[in-house]
Amino acid sequence: MFKSIKVRISQGSQFIPDPRRANPTGFRGKPVIGAEACESGCQACVTACPTQAISQDTQAREPIQIDLGRCVLCGDCEPICPSNKLSFSSDFRIACTDRVGLVLNRSRTAPDPVRVSAALRQRFGRSLKLRSVSAGGCNACELEVNALSNVNFDIGRYGIDLVASPRHADGLVLTGPITRNMADALQSCWDAMPAPKLVIAVGACAISGSPFEGSSAVERGFLDRFKPTLYVPGCPPHPLTFVCALLDLLGIQS
Amino acid sequence: MGPNKPVVMAVTNELTIMGLDDWVGQIGLRIAAGERVLTLFGRADGNNHVIATAVLQATHGRLAILRARALRTDSFDALTTRYPSVQMFERELWEQTGLTPVGHPWLKPVRYEADRQQTMHAHPFFSVRGEEIHEVGVGPIHASVIEPGHFRFMCHGEQVHHLELQFGYQHRGVEALLLKRPLLSLSSTVESIAGDSSIAYAWSHCAALEALSDTQVSMTTERVRGIALELERVAMHLSTLTGLATDIAFLQGGATYGRLRTAIINATMRLCGSRFGRGWLRPGGVRFGIDTKRRNDLLVTLADFSRDMAEINDLMLTSHSVQSRLKGIGTVSHQAAADIGLVGLSARASGVAIDMRSSLPGRLYESHPLALLTEETGDCWARMQLRMWEVEESVHWVTHLLDTPDLPLDDGEDSDDDLLTAIGPLWHDTLCISIREGFRGPVVQALETRADGQLVHYKVQDPSLVNWFGLTLAMRDSEISDFPICNKSFDLSYCGNDL
Repeated sequence: MFKSIKVRISQGSQFIPDPRRANPTGFRGKPVIGAEACESGCQACVTACPTQAISQDTQAREPIQIDLGRCVLCGDCEPICPSNKLSFSSDFRIACTDRVGLVLNRSRTAPDPVRVSAALRQRFGRSLKLRSVSAGGCNACELEVNALSNVNFDIGRYGIDLVASPRHADGLVLTGPITRNMADALQSCWDAMPAPKLVIAVGACAISGSPFEGSSAVERGFLDRFKPTLYVPGCPPHPLTFVCALLDLLGIQS
Repeated sequence: MGPNKPVVMAVTNELTIMGLDDWVGQIGLRIAAGERVLTLFGRADGNNHVIATAVLQATHGRLAILRARALRTDSFDALTTRYPSVQMFERELWEQTGLTPVGHPWLKPVRYEADRQQTMHAHPFFSVRGEEIHEVGVGPIHASVIEPGHFRFMCHGEQVHHLELQFGYQHRGVEALLLKRPLLSLSSTVESIAGDSSIAYAWSHCAALEALSDTQVSMTTERVRGIALELERVAMHLSTLTGLATDIAFLQGGATYGRLRTAIINATMRLCGSRFGRGWLRPGGVRFGIDTKRRNDLLVTLADFSRDMAEINDLMLTSHSVQSRLKGIGTVSHQAAADIGLVGLSARASGVAIDMRSSLPGRLYESHPLALLTEETGDCWARMQLRMWEVEESVHWVTHLLDTPDLPLDDGEDSDDDLLTAIGPLWHDTLCISIREGFRGPVVQALETRADGQLVHYKVQDPSLVNWFGLTLAMRDSEISDFPICNKSFDLSYCGNDL
């Protein structure tokens, strides 16, 4: 009893009061493309990027663009650039409701903000139940999705929960590149969910499959049939990215 | 002769190439003499042949490589019938190369790899027959946020007679992919093989490339990598403890271990930008050192952590409800653990004293040894307790390195060491086996180069491959209701198994 009280006292309050205002010190988040001109003919960052997230149009005045749907935020591009053009900020609000909105360049310096959906807000604004399916996820995304419910991020306070049965779920949280051996099970889970329902693609694997692109063991047909409502980038995404994306999507105050 | 290194290399055309039967015979003799099979695998050699490789470890730690060449349609007498510790290796060898271990008691694909087109339907589950015997199937999708896999219980009433595990759902074709991509940008892929062990994987990968290119990394780099790995171990043991506490409805444990893990992975993020240590280790060194400010920051974090950790451990270990739920549940005896070749924490919890940081210490652990901790009872309680002690030991070890001022951890004024050096071309015709002790056990990577210095084979082996069978044994004669805590107490990797 006394031990229990002691633990309770040292535990204190651990929740993040306003996730939107949190400051994850040191986090390698949103890529920042500097204004410096690229050295002519330089492909260093394009070559260094392990997931081909960076592309270069040598004809354009601003040649570099970074696709956050493919980027694993590894930072391998940063030290290699001869003109120090690339850096990363600790900005974690990088989710998007639109796939194209994740492509950063000079005119789009941050992903397009998550659009509040009036329809989703009306249906799920006070209660959103999510079912997670890992289809080749490496357990990093899964651990971060799990962290949403811990005492720090505590999404339960916004009426958002991860549930055990697809029958109880409004949204499918998809992690992993979708392996061929999981494709059927993923479809069954989706079929078992009652409408209206939505797909949330979490992590570079789910959004673009880039970390495992080119493998014959991956089968992404599910995403041709069902378009995600929300894209949560990262490898794995920071839980703050995910929490804030959900709050923004449903128009929930924090 | 220096300390045993966690990397071993061999020039492939100087290795003795045995016939298949001779090879199998040699492996059998060595196992009989007390050596352990660290890994055993094969690769295609041209269209019709297979090169098979076994790496064995003697009790004093030294590694030996045995090689054979055979026709892919060849077969051999399965070693599994005498030495169950190689049962998964033989299954994998059969799935990946076609060599058939005749007499293997349960020859099924490990992961239903894409190119062999094997289907799960073609391989039914083990069947227990008898009156009132029933089967319970769970998965691949489970009730919580967890990777997929199928568990098939054969029960009589409440009693589980047998549990069969069927995996492969996570198979992403990692090994094939690692051969397709540019050599020096493999790190991020390697970090995602089993994403909860990113640092163990990255280190073993980097060490292999460094050995193959004759690149010497600095002691500063070694120390930073060592700290990174222990932080990962602490974080993941805490993740398991959180899950265990939650699974037995010991809510204070769940809440407290959960937030303690947050403190550790946030500290990792302050050091390298990622809560999972992604992008920290790279071939040739580390991308981030630990400067004085970060050193002090980490020391403060660890001091606060240790105090709170001791408190919650005390509460958990003295609680009668925890004791009665975990003691004597899911036992794997010392004999069984040794017979089936368990590795890592699962082996140590059954009293098998193996840890690559002790048996293959290399320069780092030779200068800064870690205690090899074991438990005797082999039950869920032992696996839980051992995690607590390993966390303590790791924190103690990291604190010691941070607290010693003349041990540089950065490329600042006190140190001549470079944190990151360039990797040159790889030795040609060379096989390199690289091992690091992750939080589950040894992560093994075997890289082989051709005559032109390009990789011809990249073999990855997670400790989970052999350890999953420990869970099967732990469940014998238990009840299905014990399964969640047994599974959590092992906390093995699905994608590490499936690759």
